[in-house]
Amino acid sequence: MPWTREQMAARAARELQDGFYVNLGIGIPTLVANYIPDGIEVTLQSENGMLGMGPFPYEGDEDPDLINAGKQTITQLPSSSYFNSAESFAMIRGGHIDLTFLGAMEVSQNGDIANWTIPGKMLKGMGGAMDLVAGVKRVVALMEHANKAGVSKIVKQCTLPLTGSACVDLVVTDLCVFNLDRHQGGLTLIEMAPGVTLAEIKAKTEANFTTSA
Amino acid sequence: MATKIYPTAQAALAGVVFDGMTVMSGGFGLAGNPETLIDALKASGVRNLTVISNNCGADGFGLWALLDTGQITKMISSYVGENKLFEQLFHDGKLELELNPQGTLAERIRAGGAGIPAFYTKTGVGTVVAEGKPHETFDGELYIRESWLKADLAIVKAWKADTAGNLVYRKTARNFNPVMATAGRVTIAEVEEIVEPGELDADAIHTPGIYVNRVIRCTVNEKLIEKRTVRPRPAKETV
Repeated sequence: MPWTREQMAARAARELQDGFYVNLGIGIPTLVANYIPDGIEVTLQSENGMLGMGPFPYEGDEDPDLINAGKQTITQLPSSSYFNSAESFAMIRGGHIDLTFLGAMEVSQNGDIANWTIPGKMLKGMGGAMDLVAGVKRVVALMEHANKAGVSKIVKQCTLPLTGSACVDLVVTDLCVFNLDRHQGGLTLIEMAPGVTLAEIKAKTEANFTTSA
Repeated sequence: MATKIYPTAQAALAGVVFDGMTVMSGGFGLAGNPETLIDALKASGVRNLTVISNNCGADGFGLWALLDTGQITKMISSYVGENKLFEQLFHDGKLELELNPQGTLAERIRAGGAGIPAFYTKTGVGTVVAEGKPHETFDGELYIRESWLKADLAIVKAWKADTAGNLVYRKTARNFNPVMATAGRVTIAEVEEIVEPGELDADAIHTPGIYVNRVIRCTVNEKLIEKRTVRPRPAKETV
């Protein structure tokens, strides 16, 4: 059985360590906040200018001046701080954030990631994604292993415009977890979803990989 | 000393606006947008604007109004999703777009305000963003050169101002506003409340008044929420 989005988020959350400063991307990464392991405290950064993001507000307590980078209403914690966009990205670019979880459309075997545009189809912009992959100490990509047509999104070389090159450290898909060596290059299968076979992963993975699972 | 406080947005824009000008506009999503001044720019009929802003409003909100009237010819932004009109104008070739990584955009503006013509960053190396830009290696890693951004006019939204132009922002409505306030040849702030000197804590000023030329009290302040997200309130405990 492949992992659900929730199970992928729960698996990704095991990468968190006590005291980490963490930035969560939009989509499955946002769900990671629901699975922070017991005994571990992390501080969530929102790139629009907040450290110490609290949970969603109770109905009636929403504040239009208090949103996360996904434009959702959030709350403040006693330890929270606010700052401007230049300061926010100084934290990100300057290597002060320990870990980021990001969605991805393609990840290549040398750690390239594409997650911001499909030429001719999607005009949105990269937002903070390029800054995050360039500056955060550890980058975890969360993505479906293959698209609806069954075509692998774990590829030898990205075909979509890159968000960053050689910058991904770990990939969590609905089928498995790959470690990535961003310096040497190389994908290593380290974990499979329960009931998923190596044969299935091989069939659905375009990239070359070794296995330690 | 001449007053910085103007009675209306229209009065604050007098003598500042001209066709072909570059305008910085604060805000992230629907938070912290200078809505009153955007309305006044629309009413001024100024055309051929280059606008520097993280987003370009959203359907029916903020800078969207200036797209709707065809007053913007070029946008410099990081994210322009959730804006159908933007997409349509871009595809019809009626709008030029320069996309920047959000942190690069913020730092280019900061650099503009701080008198720093260029800087190097790792953001965008190996991507389309790096195309045509000078590269240099520092401590064994490759970086690209990005240049400053400045504007003829910066319009920002703050929570409170005093009559000296000192500004305080509220929560995540701060976002790009403080950096943009530093990078305008003229900076106009619209605020929810204007107070007397001494009422703001001098230790807690976000934008010192030197950066702010004109201040108005906002008259458009919709405080809309793009993605209302809540959790259920726990059932009341009976004691």
